[in-house]
Amino acid sequence: MLIVAPFLIPLLAAIATALLRSHLGAQRTIGVAASAALLASGLALAARTSDGAILVSAMGGWALPFGIAIVVDLFSAIMISIAGLMALAVSIYALGPGAGRRDRAGFQPLFHALMFGVCGAFCAGDIFNLYVWFEVMLIASFGLLVLDRTREQIDGGVRYVVLNLIGTTIFLIAVGLLYGQLGTLNFADLARVAPSAENQGLLAAIGVMLLIAFGAKAAVFPLFNWLPAAYHTASMPVAAIFAALLTKVGVYAILRVFTLVFGHDAAFFGPVFGAIAAATMVTGVLGAAMHYDVRRILSFHIVSQIGYMIVGVALMTPAALAAAVLYVVHHIVVKANLFLVAGAIRRESGSFALGRCGGLWCAAPVLSLLFVVPAFSLAGLPPLSGFWGKLAVIRSGFEAEAYLLAATALAVGVLTLYSMVKIWNEAFWKAAPVGARVRPWTRRERVAVYTPIAMLACVTLTIGVWVEPFAALAHTAAESLLDREAYIAAVLGADRALAEVAR
Amino acid sequence: MNPSPILRLSAPMLLWLSFAVSIYVLVRGHNEPGGGFIGGLLAAAGVLFYAIAHGAATARAKIRLSPSVYCAIGLAIAAASGAPGFLTANGDYLDHVWWFVDIGSTLPLGTALIFDLGVYVTVFGTVSALFLALVGEEA
Repeated sequence: MLIVAPFLIPLLAAIATALLRSHLGAQRTIGVAASAALLASGLALAARTSDGAILVSAMGGWALPFGIAIVVDLFSAIMISIAGLMALAVSIYALGPGAGRRDRAGFQPLFHALMFGVCGAFCAGDIFNLYVWFEVMLIASFGLLVLDRTREQIDGGVRYVVLNLIGTTIFLIAVGLLYGQLGTLNFADLARVAPSAENQGLLAAIGVMLLIAFGAKAAVFPLFNWLPAAYHTASMPVAAIFAALLTKVGVYAILRVFTLVFGHDAAFFGPVFGAIAAATMVTGVLGAAMHYDVRRILSFHIVSQIGYMIVGVALMTPAALAAAVLYVVHHIVVKANLFLVAGAIRRESGSFALGRCGGLWCAAPVLSLLFVVPAFSLAGLPPLSGFWGKLAVIRSGFEAEAYLLAATALAVGVLTLYSMVKIWNEAFWKAAPVGARVRPWTRRERVAVYTPIAMLACVTLTIGVWVEPFAALAHTAAESLLDREAYIAAVLGADRALAEVAR
Repeated sequence: MNPSPILRLSAPMLLWLSFAVSIYVLVRGHNEPGGGFIGGLLAAAGVLFYAIAHGAATARAKIRLSPSVYCAIGLAIAAASGAPGFLTANGDYLDHVWWFVDIGSTLPLGTALIFDLGVYVTVFGTVSALFLALVGEEA
């Protein structure tokens, strides 16, 4: 029952909020409660899988590999937990400025439908279901993106829809080819038969198609153009949940599929991922350096940070994958928090453009302190979570003798610091522009905005100061990602896995 | 828009006819081609006829609830049909539970039919919402 909770909870929440159309208060209560329940279910799953156990459920009682497999290992459980944390933070934040207009436009059902797709993708045990969950997530995200129905949003939304439809079409074609080639779509079964497939060249070509599809979702170089175009138009809670989770579902799919199904072909995919990772890191951070709109800077930094996660798949060592898992967790918390802070900057100074902000150090000292935590964590300053994430990535790079990749990661960290200092100088430190007048905050707005920002800052600090348990969990998750035999045995039964080893 | 008198008079009958056929297709889907998805499409086609003949607002009033509420109800039915699966031996969600009722011959009844009913209502709601929005735009 626990294993279906991560997607059943958001589904029920979406249904309930859709039925309670005119009762906005009830919708909000259900929204926050469902997000908290989602976090709890993720943590319970993480506790169950923390020893490397893999939970499997065959929906409808059809025998695997033919039935619909729901598989949760530690990596999935970590992703579900962090998604639940983000859902909770954003649900609370969404009670703040603009809540009435947003909720009347249908924010709550769409938000939970999005979480339904995201968490379903983390539980999917076969690649076709992964595709279906992607679709659920995308349809909800289309709605969320154009919630305010402004011209700017429709423009960004159209680009987002077109690029994503191309991506999912390529994904679907690749799934079809994969089925034609290997006769199965279940991850465990694919992992079992892929190494002994006759036509490895075709298999690699399918892998590249999947890489394009997932890469477009994860916004890696050169498929990231849609992201800064779309994200900076969305309303702030929506941008925060997109920044936290949507690209990371793409990263999750890359990590899952390229360890499990194409893990035997790492010699081919390793250098490809290495080049993508380096190019993504550099282009993202340079894009951020040239912009002066808070949302655009943060959007480009998402792109840059995705590169760090791809380093894990490029090197394919336990240390590198553990670093990728730790980095994903750190990045989701920090990036969502920066978007929430950007919303607060907007509320405080009336603009996202840095030129028109200023003086927040005096006007909002608490916000300034709360900005420093995720900003410096993103740049990788100790003792915050980003320091450990970057340290783990760079160290695994040196250990695997990928010096160029490790050096790129180091240099990009410095440029990230530049962007964060730029926001700090412009929005917080310099004198307030003359004549800026802002409506005073209501008490309710202040609580709704500051609670999640402080909550996520605390998580960042906790990971930073007390990193050992998180690093240990990331390491276990990475080892189970690389242990294909254990995954096959858990899903298909021990005898089939053993037969494979014997062969 | 000025639909012909034939369409105006036949639309209410077509509405009920398509509902009846859609229910038949839904139940027939148990062992033969058909099922909730195609049944929902047929039912929505009746609403489309009605909307073309009498306008989107009248059709909206005719189906009483808002199409998006039908979607939510359908999803709720489908989600609920999986719950009895928790009580089965495997305890997996959506494991369908069956009753074999003896009425002269055996009538197999299962939670799979409830799931299909959920699909039917969801598809009906979604497609009606699209139709009504498009017809309303033209008017």
